[in-house]
Amino acid sequence: MPDEAFISILDVSKHFGPVKAVDRVSINIAQGEFFALLGPSGCGKTTLLRMLAGFEAPTLGEIYIDDQPTASMPPYQRPVNMVFQNYAIFPHLNVYQNIAFGLRKEKLSRSDLDARVNEALALIKLEGYGTRGANELSGGQRQRVALARALIKRPKVLLLDEPLGALDKKLREQMQIELRQLQKSVGITFVFVTHDQEEALTMSDRIAVMSEGHVLEIGSPEGLYERPRTRFVADFIGTMNFFEGRVRAREGGKIAVDAERVGEVQVPADDYDFNAGDTVVVALRPENIRMRPGRPDLTANMAHGTMSNAAYLGDRAHIYVQTEGSEQPILVAMQNLDGAASSATHGERSVALQWSEQAVLLLRPE
Amino acid sequence: MNVRVSRAKMGWLGLYAATYLTFIYLPVLLLPVFSFNDAIYVAFPIKGFTLKWWEEMVAHEGMLQSLRNSLKVGVAVSIISTVFGVLAAKAFTRYRMPGSRALTGFFSIPLVIPLIILGIALLTVLTTVGVSLSLYTIMLGHVVICVPFAMFIMISRLEGFDQSVEEAAQDLGETPWMTFWRVTFPLALPGIMASMLLTFTISFDEFLLAFFLAGDQLTLPIYIWGQLRFPKKLPSVLALGSAILLATTILVTVAMMFVRRKGD
Repeated sequence: MPDEAFISILDVSKHFGPVKAVDRVSINIAQGEFFALLGPSGCGKTTLLRMLAGFEAPTLGEIYIDDQPTASMPPYQRPVNMVFQNYAIFPHLNVYQNIAFGLRKEKLSRSDLDARVNEALALIKLEGYGTRGANELSGGQRQRVALARALIKRPKVLLLDEPLGALDKKLREQMQIELRQLQKSVGITFVFVTHDQEEALTMSDRIAVMSEGHVLEIGSPEGLYERPRTRFVADFIGTMNFFEGRVRAREGGKIAVDAERVGEVQVPADDYDFNAGDTVVVALRPENIRMRPGRPDLTANMAHGTMSNAAYLGDRAHIYVQTEGSEQPILVAMQNLDGAASSATHGERSVALQWSEQAVLLLRPE
Repeated sequence: MNVRVSRAKMGWLGLYAATYLTFIYLPVLLLPVFSFNDAIYVAFPIKGFTLKWWEEMVAHEGMLQSLRNSLKVGVAVSIISTVFGVLAAKAFTRYRMPGSRALTGFFSIPLVIPLIILGIALLTVLTTVGVSLSLYTIMLGHVVICVPFAMFIMISRLEGFDQSVEEAAQDLGETPWMTFWRVTFPLALPGIMASMLLTFTISFDEFLLAFFLAGDQLTLPIYIWGQLRFPKKLPSVLALGSAILLATTILVTVAMMFVRRKGD
């Protein structure tokens, strides 16, 4: 949690008729932070962003930006600017006019205006594009113009609504890095809406994961990926194997769990307050499972299985391992180090799986 | 699949098209022809070429006065009904209103009421409340029938462009009014032009309502109708008709260009 909240979303709800699009959400965002609102479509993240911009008013709760309550502030008076999902470039204006649009009220002289716009064009690496019409721009260029048009206002907060969604994969990856660098250099607080967990992980300082109007967890990318506290977050960010289980014993600094498909799982006890008899969900990332051929004797944190399916992905392979008496396979990800993945997909079909105590997560069942 | 039209079929289609075009346009094209014919009676054979009907038309004060009246009414109606149309379209496309579908239907009622009924109804109301008939009452009647046209043109225009540009303008610091002026208006301009040209044309050649609602100042269609009783006046009416035909063709062509022009 940041020390000073630059943006305070306090117990905010937004109802559309009987639908609670946003339901009692509280988030604090620090100045200069790159903050992502992540969730599947319909989770309320865009509604929350639109409330920050002033296009929707909270049904309940209050939003403060830089210590100012925003309830009575219309969009055109807020110290925030937005990059729209489809960029909303003004089609009747050229690039220069689009970028200069928000500067009308500053009553700049012609030369000052030119200087500001050219500076913005340089920032987005579109020098010399000022006279281009809005229709002559590619998707990536439109995205940059939308960014420059918002940043030239020198807002305290920049809101971005799925700004990379319309770009193809390569361009998107490039823009992720550029956007991140840009944010660091201008030092403005970015609030970023996305449904793409990889994008959120790559770009953000912190992420709020939303589902059905609620914020489930807020944390750093590493924290949310490696130590999720809810099954939804564990499942939504990255890929995860889940096994239902019951705590058999808590002794000697370890928790022993009997889990379906994988048998006995041991975990360091310090991190959890589960006791014998509790039902738990064991979560295990595919990349934390090591696979080798053969059928050695089983100890804790091991399982036997048969390779049922394999998907070769180039840099890695996804291997599906079927355990005895279960339909649902365990997913194992294998790095393609020196061709290991491609030979594994053609190798021995009877395999042993093994993982470390630290790799196992215990979650409360929902 | 390539659809290839057989030669015989082409022949029939061609014949159909030619007949169709002849029936529609030949009578209209006869208008200018007879306006240059050196005879009072509109009949073949053509007697000879003359400009005297056109000269008579230009010198005819009553006819020119009614033309001026029609232009006045037409311009006023096109502006008023387009303003109303823009406002109604803005409301229907930008705000969530209860019963907005019913309201659009309500607004389009003037399109389906027979004009003769509308004319009698308006006349009754106006005389009951003691409004004397004048060009203003004609304008009123024409605005009633033109607003639905303006509204539907503007609705399709406002729905045609991405509405987030209006939010973007507000986000960049413009008030709703300045947003309208700097974004909505320029993007809606082709629709506004089309609406003004169309409503002007509707008003300009509207007869029934004008007939009921006219005072001592007549609009052109009523004047022309009155002139038909005097055979000698007919050729100069034809000359005027030809002039209007030319002007209307130009106007409508321009209007269609605006309608087709895409704003994005």
